[in-house]
Amino acid sequence: MTGRTALFISIVVVAGQLGDLSLSLAMKTVGEIKRFTPLNILRFLGRGLRVKWLWIGVGLMTVAFFSLLVLLSWANVSMVVPATAVSYAVGALGAQFLLGEQVNRERWIGVIIVCIGVALVCV
Amino acid sequence: MSELKSQRGKTFTLLAFMVTFGSCGDVLLSQGMKQIGELRSWDPEAAVAFFARAFHSGTIWLAIALLVLFLVSSMLVLSWADFSYVSPASAIGYVLVALMGYFFLGEHVPTTRWIGVSLICVGVFVVGGTHPSTKQNP
Repeated sequence: MTGRTALFISIVVVAGQLGDLSLSLAMKTVGEIKRFTPLNILRFLGRGLRVKWLWIGVGLMTVAFFSLLVLLSWANVSMVVPATAVSYAVGALGAQFLLGEQVNRERWIGVIIVCIGVALVCV
Repeated sequence: MSELKSQRGKTFTLLAFMVTFGSCGDVLLSQGMKQIGELRSWDPEAAVAFFARAFHSGTIWLAIALLVLFLVSSMLVLSWADFSYVSPASAIGYVLVALMGYFFLGEHVPTTRWIGVSLICVGVFVVGGTHPSTKQNP
């Protein structure tokens, strides 16, 4: 893995995870959707669009998306996409410390196994 | 108990949508970008021309449409489920991406990468055993 590839993977991971955490915060603010009719889904999305965290999340995800676009122009998808799986550990940490989720031992074990899998994938 | 089963059911359904849309979107994006060619210079003019070429590609637009559907599925499931549950559980998509990279794009996937992908599946299974929402069931 070259330095340029590592840098772009880092940008994709950090910006992507902060974007996802912002999106999660926005959706929790909107509240749980109960009925999955098209109208209800549109209303739900409309309520989501009025939450500022959603737009912060979209901004961060846009940064991650364009970095991914550039990265995929020279690197293979079967290397790039698994390499960004390190974001699961970053995301779990963010969920615990920024969103206040209770990440129990079992969930952490699952996340660690995913990370070991990612390390093997990137060898 | 039945409420937990129902919540798991709808969480798994939306995760399946997320994984399918996300994986297909990523593979199409890769295919589209390979058609566009590598970004060789970082001056603004070259970068604008590069992204203009990208946005003239039907494959890129199809990939974007699938990634938008992925985003909508994520928004729906995150309205009740923990991010620390949804994020690792959606890792099952790596299996799909590795398979599609191998079968559709003709990429070489070595044995160690397959072992890694299998471990990711085990991790996802362990995470999937926890409750989707700790806020309701601490």
